[in-house]
Amino acid sequence: MSSASPPATRLTHLRWLEAEAVHVLREVVATFDRPVLLFSGGKDSIVLLRLAEKAFRPAAFPFPLLHIDTGHNFVEALEFRDRRVAELGERLIVASVQDSIDQGRVKEETGPRASRNRLQTTTLLDAIADGLFDAAIGGARRDEERSRAKERILSFRDELGQWDPKSQRPELWNLYNTQIHRGEHARVFPLSNWTELDVWEYIQAEGLEVPTIYFAHTREVFTRDGMLYAYREGQELLPGETVVHDTVRYRTVGDMTCTGGVRSSASTVAQIVDEIVLTRITERGETRADDRTGEAAMEDRKKVGYF
Amino acid sequence: MTLDLLRFMTAGSVDDGKSTLIGRLLYDSEQILDDQLEHVADVSRRRGEEEIDLALLTDGLRAEREQGITIDVAYRYFKTPARRFIIADCPGHQQYTRNMVTGASTADLAVVLLDARRGAIEQSKRHAFISALLRIPHIVVAVNKMDLVDYDQERFEEIVEDFAPFLEKLGIHDCLNIPISALRGDSVVHSSSNMPWYAGPTLLSHLEAVEVAYDHPDDVPARFPVQWVIRVGGSRGEYRGYAGQLASGALHAGEEVLVLPAGHRTHISAIESYDGSFEEAVAPLSLTLRLEDELDVARGELICAVADPPTVGHDLEADICWLASEPLRAGARYALKHTTRSTTAVVGELVNRVDVHTLEREPAPATLELNDIGHIVLRASAPLAFDAYARNRRTGSFILIDEATNATVGAGMITAAT
Repeated sequence: MSSASPPATRLTHLRWLEAEAVHVLREVVATFDRPVLLFSGGKDSIVLLRLAEKAFRPAAFPFPLLHIDTGHNFVEALEFRDRRVAELGERLIVASVQDSIDQGRVKEETGPRASRNRLQTTTLLDAIADGLFDAAIGGARRDEERSRAKERILSFRDELGQWDPKSQRPELWNLYNTQIHRGEHARVFPLSNWTELDVWEYIQAEGLEVPTIYFAHTREVFTRDGMLYAYREGQELLPGETVVHDTVRYRTVGDMTCTGGVRSSASTVAQIVDEIVLTRITERGETRADDRTGEAAMEDRKKVGYF
Repeated sequence: MTLDLLRFMTAGSVDDGKSTLIGRLLYDSEQILDDQLEHVADVSRRRGEEEIDLALLTDGLRAEREQGITIDVAYRYFKTPARRFIIADCPGHQQYTRNMVTGASTADLAVVLLDARRGAIEQSKRHAFISALLRIPHIVVAVNKMDLVDYDQERFEEIVEDFAPFLEKLGIHDCLNIPISALRGDSVVHSSSNMPWYAGPTLLSHLEAVEVAYDHPDDVPARFPVQWVIRVGGSRGEYRGYAGQLASGALHAGEEVLVLPAGHRTHISAIESYDGSFEEAVAPLSLTLRLEDELDVARGELICAVADPPTVGHDLEADICWLASEPLRAGARYALKHTTRSTTAVVGELVNRVDVHTLEREPAPATLELNDIGHIVLRASAPLAFDAYARNRRTGSFILIDEATNATVGAGMITAAT
């Protein structure tokens, strides 16, 4: 560490958010037996990893990392994931939806609209049970979606992994009640109070690397429901859909089957920040088909254990 | 320089137009994106409403949309060029007082909404009382629906004068009264041509300018609850650092500090974080302290400035908001969490129960029920290093946890040692 270089002691909203998130991470490792941090290679979990470095370095992370691999992930995100984990020297567990399918735990959807988005809930709950994890730290934010706006920073799940939005624990001051019964687990969201813009500003301020799919690039896409989906080998198309080359970037890096791209020329983090300041559509509204299926789509999935 | 982030809460009764006010703040500050607006326009149309119902922007859960009420604290985010805002949107009706206490616990400012036709009603008094009890530094009384009283100055002044003695009794002196119409947009973001007689700031311009506690770290003594001990052994030498979030005040490298409850004195050898080492740190930064002497400090202990230390003891008096349907009785035992310290506590006497409508205190109640607020005596099984809540919201607060159900049952604010 460098000696006595005075920091910007002036407090900004990013330093405030960082301090809160680091506090949450430390509180979780101090009070749970077996926490795990979900890392997908997406921007929110990239920020989580930096916050974990801020919370625990120079020591190793007091938890492993976990990725739920749907088998339909962007190659760029997976490459990035493995490189980042290697750089950090931390341990990554990969739980695969394909394994859940092979073991008969879930049934693959078929047809042109097939997605593994719903299936990953089972894989996640199985991975939490197999690892005896009692706290799963994730990068969800309250600004993403309306039912998330009501979720606590520490959100409790019963033995079946279910969320009951009507009986959430009150979260007072910064005093987190971390007590659970055997078999239950907590989902922990240190980025609860961050917005999409905060995440990008933090990535910019910290000079963090992100997968290349966040930047404008040319790829094979097709248009469905007004969204630009990446074409992948074996993708079934609906009548009238054609594959074209277009310049897009992704605002989220979910499963390829339900994550749409946006037309963009942003090729640096600074340009992405500018684009988000000016955007007129929310991140999930623009790019996530999974939230469009009904007025309470996210709420229903969360109740059964979705992240 | 004020922090470019403000956490505030809104409290109002079901029909005071709270959701509309938040919708208006978001809409007029151009924070509503096209797909969100399209969604609420669509729902408004399906319900047969002529205009877009801005209140729909804040309805989160299915049950709420069905019943048309807010059942839980929701957090909203918006920004202006001057500041970021986190709104705790708290439901107003009585059975959800625990949610208001939750929202109030982290707020720097409270907006208490009144309906211009009705003035301050019992609910409004309850909201002001909780805001005062939770020591929210700034209170705004927003008299809403001014359009329904013809933007009448006399009506506004009558409401303000009527409410003033109650606020005075609560010790609320820093209070700004603003006449608004959330539905029509008067004095929320834009100043109103309908009320030329009102010369004060709009609600948003006040929110943008108000100072927060963190702007004056030197006004409060430093308190650093140890949260986690970072240890690295092995060939590169021993590293031991005490990690935590500075709860209040400022600390300096080289400064003499006290470690409580043991009372050891030592010096800070370094203030560190992942980003390097610093001469000074201010609340609420999360950081790591290294100490000169080989003390085995553990999670739950408190590092603080030598001057003006907190009280150390087992016995305390506190105001408490009861959050559980199972009532609080004298003699009951709970898990207690105070700063980073977890211990147990036995409730001694129930000293009194507050009638939030009259502010009278009923002595020696048999129980405190859900949503009751009272004053109690309790004894912790481990010594706590605490300040009065009135002096320090972080080191003066605690929660009680039911050891059988693990539910958070009480929100406590320490008033004194006994």
